[in-house]
Parts: sequence; structure tokens; C-alpha cells
Amino acid sequence: MSEERKITYAQAIKEAMVQEMQKDKDIIFIGQDISGGAGREKDGLTDTWGGSFGVSKGMSTLLGTNRVIDCPLSEAGYMGAAVSASTTGIKVISELMFNDFLWLAGDQLFNGAAKLRYLSGGTETCRLTVRTVMGGGLNAGMHHSQSLYSLAAHIPGIKVAIPSTPYDAKGMLVAAIRDEDPVIIFENKALYNVEGYVPEELYTVPLGKARIAKEGSDVTIIVMSRMLYVALEAEENLKKNGISAEIIDVRSLVPLDENVIIDSVKKTGHVVIVDEALPRCSAATDLAALVADKSIDYIDGPIKTVTSKPCPVPFSPILEKEYLPSKEDIINAVYEATNREG
Amino acid sequence: MEKISIPIDRLGEAYEKMITIRKAEEAFEKVYMDGKIPGFLHLYLGEEAIASGVCMNLKRSDYVTSTHRGHGHFIAKGSDIKKIAAEIMGKETGLCKGRGGSMHMIDVENGLYGSTGIVGGGFPPAVGLGLAAKYKKTGQVSVCFFGDGAVNEGTFHEAINLAAIWSLPIIFICENNLYAQSAPQEYHQKVKDISKRAEGYGIEGETVDGMDIFQIYKASRDAVERARKGFGPTLLECKTYLFTGHYVGDPRNYRYKKEMEYYKNERDCIKIFEEKVLNEKLITKDELMEIERKVERTVDEAIRFAEESSMPDRSEVMKDVY
Ligand SMILES: Cc1ncc(C[n+]2csc(CCOP(=O)(O)OP(=O)(O)O)c2C)c(N)n1
Ligand SMILES: [Mg+2]
Repeated sequence: MSEERKITYAQAIKEAMVQEMQKDKDIIFIGQDISGGAGREKDGLTDTWGGSFGVSKGMSTLLGTNRVIDCPLSEAGYMGAAVSASTTGIKVISELMFNDFLWLAGDQLFNGAAKLRYLSGGTETCRLTVRTVMGGGLNAGMHHSQSLYSLAAHIPGIKVAIPSTPYDAKGMLVAAIRDEDPVIIFENKALYNVEGYVPEELYTVPLGKARIAKEGSDVTIIVMSRMLYVALEAEENLKKNGISAEIIDVRSLVPLDENVIIDSVKKTGHVVIVDEALPRCSAATDLAALVADKSIDYIDGPIKTVTSKPCPVPFSPILEKEYLPSKEDIINAVYEATNREG
Repeated sequence: MEKISIPIDRLGEAYEKMITIRKAEEAFEKVYMDGKIPGFLHLYLGEEAIASGVCMNLKRSDYVTSTHRGHGHFIAKGSDIKKIAAEIMGKETGLCKGRGGSMHMIDVENGLYGSTGIVGGGFPPAVGLGLAAKYKKTGQVSVCFFGDGAVNEGTFHEAINLAAIWSLPIIFICENNLYAQSAPQEYHQKVKDISKRAEGYGIEGETVDGMDIFQIYKASRDAVERARKGFGPTLLECKTYLFTGHYVGDPRNYRYKKEMEYYKNERDCIKIFEEKVLNEKLITKDELMEIERKVERTVDEAIRFAEESSMPDRSEVMKDVY
């Protein structure tokens, strides 16, 4: 293996888009402020924003504003346009600035894109990749901090990816772009600056494959998105107290890799599911049901979930911290799941 | 045309409103730069005349829906600036006990039905408030503030059409500051004068200079009067400009330098007001300075109050959840 090249989660996402778009001229990229200063190419004022987190800065210069297209404040409009355009042979990457705006774009995605293959008797597909931004921790308030992937996973016909590492962010985005069906990738804004190993060349991380992030034997901690890092911190504490945790990063909610999850639970006999989303009717409860269904005979203890609190994401830093799952929450849940004293 | 629309005895009030917003926003910006305000902060610097001129025609019981750039609307409508400052610092004494922050505030007591992090989120609520006022025959009006960018959201079309067909007492106030985040207006919509859209909905529409509080006062006064009399909604466009970036920290490198300098140096609504009232000897320089000093004290006090306030208790997180 070549020397380890480390880049950030944000850089990995940009690299995936740039490399894939350079290779495949059928791809266009649309979204709000993804270039910036739209229409002012002549004056050198475009490409001055690069999305709200600067992820795509440089792309419109490199690939042209006919392929990197800024959209007005019209989420239902441009998302619906992305859906239909992506049925014609071109592939569309459509950025939704915050996943909280899914309520606006949602009709076109969930009533449109999600139904297409089924409705057409399997002949029509929608080569759409939606990139959107989720997650709390930055005090962005209740309209810019939610974690809404469970909603998307609820609707058949939409694939849902929740990468947590720079490596997966690049590989899953490439896989999503190449996928024949619509995929929503939930990028966690608190991870954009996280660095990690990312190969320079194009590669894919197949959708629908979970990853064993840490091997262990006493308890399985199933994590999603940023919760990987919180669980890794908890794991260190647990290790000091003689508990060996296995951490499974779900990575893809739809399709879901049941085998890796169930095999781990069968091995450890205890399970804790950690999810930044809300506790009811959610990814966490869905995985808890799966575990109960497929491995109840192997489990000795309660199936625990650790989630955010079921309230709007509060603004005040103290309240937001209280709202989010913490390392301590995970440690306590592990003690309960394994029937040990804390 | 009347030369001085604002009654002489209310000129001080006009100045006080504008300068309070100006000084408060400058103070918030400073506190933000000092790292005492978390999250995003969208300032109203440059646009003070709009909220001030409009709200001078409103009663406390009248309704306002706001935007992500809402501090000015709250101040002009009579919200307690101490509580605003505390809210944007996430304190327990804030308007919403620190739960909302700058972009998500409500103050129903003063008729403020919310700033919002969702652009275009204020249109439908403005319709509902207008509908309720009409149904209950209270004589209240509903004012909806929004930007040029928000006009591109579907909610604009739906809401304004509803207001039109039901002839509701609503004034739609477009703060056209030529940009939606980084998107110049000439890119994001083909129409230049947004008030022209009124015709398509069969309602009154007017464009005024959003840097001239006298024009804003007059146009909104007339629109409010029409609304109270049952003549339905108005779309009032105020041409304006932001003196700072989209939010604090935006380097504004998608804008023309000349444009920024022009507005700052020659189109400042506060300077325009001062020149006019002094030239026409409607008010003395001393009177203006006295107001300014009073406002400075108010703003200082508000910032101190907010800084000295406590953060909410952790146990508050699940209060009011059902
Ligand atoms: C539904 C939605 N889409 C996008 C955004 C991100 N955003 C926040 S403010 C803004 C621009 C708004 O422009 P305008 O309505 O003109 O108001 P201004 O900021 O100029 O006052 C954008 C794109 C958002 N908050 N909500
Ligand atoms: Mg604007």
C-alpha cells in the first residue's frame, strides 16, 4: 500500500465529485450556492462560496457553470427537476443545503423519485444522488441541526447512506453516483473537518455494507454517522473497565447489511444502538427490532438504544449538549445491556 | 406628493428605532466576534429603515412574521432588546429561554410570530394570522417580511394568492437587498421590481426606496390603512442593501467592491434621514445626539444584561415536550 494520504471528509466528498465528473461527462451537479456569485463569471466573482461549508469550492471553475449549477431558493422546484432530468440518461448530483429542508423537497423525492422504478414495472430508473447535511453540535438551531435519515429510510425506493469517515464519504458517494436508483447521502456537518486515509484514485464503497470499526467480544455497539466517534471514546473507557466492545458502523441504512450486524450480536450477546436521530419510529428502533427478530436467542440482556432527546434541537450550547447522545450515555447503556454495575 | 410623510412629533421615534437596530446589530456583531454568540448570525445592518418605517404604522396587537434576519423586525415591533440579546447568546432570560437563538425567536406578546431558519417559512403563517384577524373582526393587520430570495419559494405564490382571493389584511414587505446568500438577484430571478408580481395576483403593489424611511413609512401607512378597511393585501417592495455579509464571517467576495462602497457611503438610511431632517430644520443636531446617547445606554445595558444572565439549566431540555 502506498503511503497513507490523509484528507478531510469535506475534501474527500469534493474529490469524489470532481474525479467522477471529469470521467463521466453525463454528470451535472446542482444546488444552492454550490458555486457562488452565480452569473458573474466575467467579473471573476463566481466560485466564491462553494456550498455553505465550502465543500465544492473550485468545482465550477474546474468543470464549468454549465455542469455546476447554482439554484435559487426553490427546493421543491430544483429537486423535482433533478429527479426528472436524471431519468433521461444524465446523472444528477443535487445538493440540499440542510436536511431540514427535506420537508420542502420531500414531495418530489418521496412521491416522485422513490416510486419510479416500481411504477414503471422496473424499466425506468432515476440516477439521482442527493447530498444533504445533517447533525447537531454546532449550535445551528432547530432548523439547521436535525438528523432526518430515518424519514428517508422509511420510504421504499430511496437508498440512504450515512458515511462517517472520509474514506467512506468518498467511496459511497462514487457508488451513489454510479447507482441506477436514487440515493440520499446524509453528510454530517460536524465531520467535515475530520481527517482520514483516502486513496487518491477512484474507488467505491458498495452501498449496503456495514463495517466493523473495532473488533471486540463483550458487547456490540451499533453506530451511525458521527456517533462512531463518540462510541470510540466510550470504547476506550470501557476497555479500561474490562469490557471489550465491538463497534459496527452501519454506513448504509438502505440497503441494510443485516449479516454483519447479526453476526456481531450473536458473537457478543449484548447490544447497544447509538443514533443521533430521535428515539421514536427511527433507525435505532428499527435496528433494535431487527436484532430482536434475528438474534434474540443469543442475547443476554436488554437491547439498549442511545439517541438524542425527543425535542426540537435546542440552540443554547448547554441544552444542545444535553440533547445529543454522550459518551457517558453510551457507557451507561453498555453497563445496562451487559447487566453490569457502572 | 407629501414632502414629509412622518409626523414631525414622531421623527425622534423614527430615528430612535433605526439607530437602536444599528447599534444593537453592531454590538451583536462584536460579541459574536468575541466568540460569545454561537451558531449563525444574520445581521440587519443597512436595512434598518424598513422595519422601522413599517412598524411605526403598527399597533402592538398587529402581527408580524419575520425571517432568518429578524433582529430588526423584533426591535422595531417593540420586543425587549435585553431579551433579544439574551436569546442570541443562548441565555435563560432570552425571549425563548435560549432554545431558539437568533434565527428562531418568537414574542407573541408583541405580535411577533417568529423568525425562522426556513426561508419562505413566514408566508403561510402571515396568511393564517390575517385570516384570524378578518374572521374575528379585530381590525388587526398581519405583516410579512421576506427577502428577494424568498420570493422564489413556492410558499410565496401560494400564500399571496390566498391572501388575495380572501382579501385578507396583510402587507407583504419584500426587503430586496439584491442578494440571496451568494446569488445576485439578476441571476436568481428575471424580474427586477418584485412588486410587479402583485399584478399577477390581482393585488396592490409598489416599489419604494428602502433607504428612505419617509417613503417606507408612507407606503406602509397607506397599505395598512387599506388592509384595516378591508381592501385586502399589498405587496410592498423596499430596495435596500446589506452593509455586512450574508452572515457574520461572510467575506462578500461575490459582490462588487464599488457597489458595497456606494451603498455604505451614499445610501445609508440613517445618514439620509439625518441629512433630510437637519437640512429642513425639522429637528436639531442636539436632539439627534441625545437620542443616540440614550440608545447607546440601552444597548450597553442589554448586552450587559445578556452577558450576566445564566445559561438555561440542563433539565430545561425536555420542558414543554408532550
Ligand atoms: C428553505 C431554505 N433554503 C435555503 C436556506 C439557506 N439560506 C438562508 S438565508 C438564504 C438567502 C435568503 O435570501 P433572501 O430571502 O433574499 O434574504 P436575505 O438573506 O438577503 O435577507 C439562504 C439561501 C434556508 N435557510 N432555508
Ligand atoms: Mg436578499
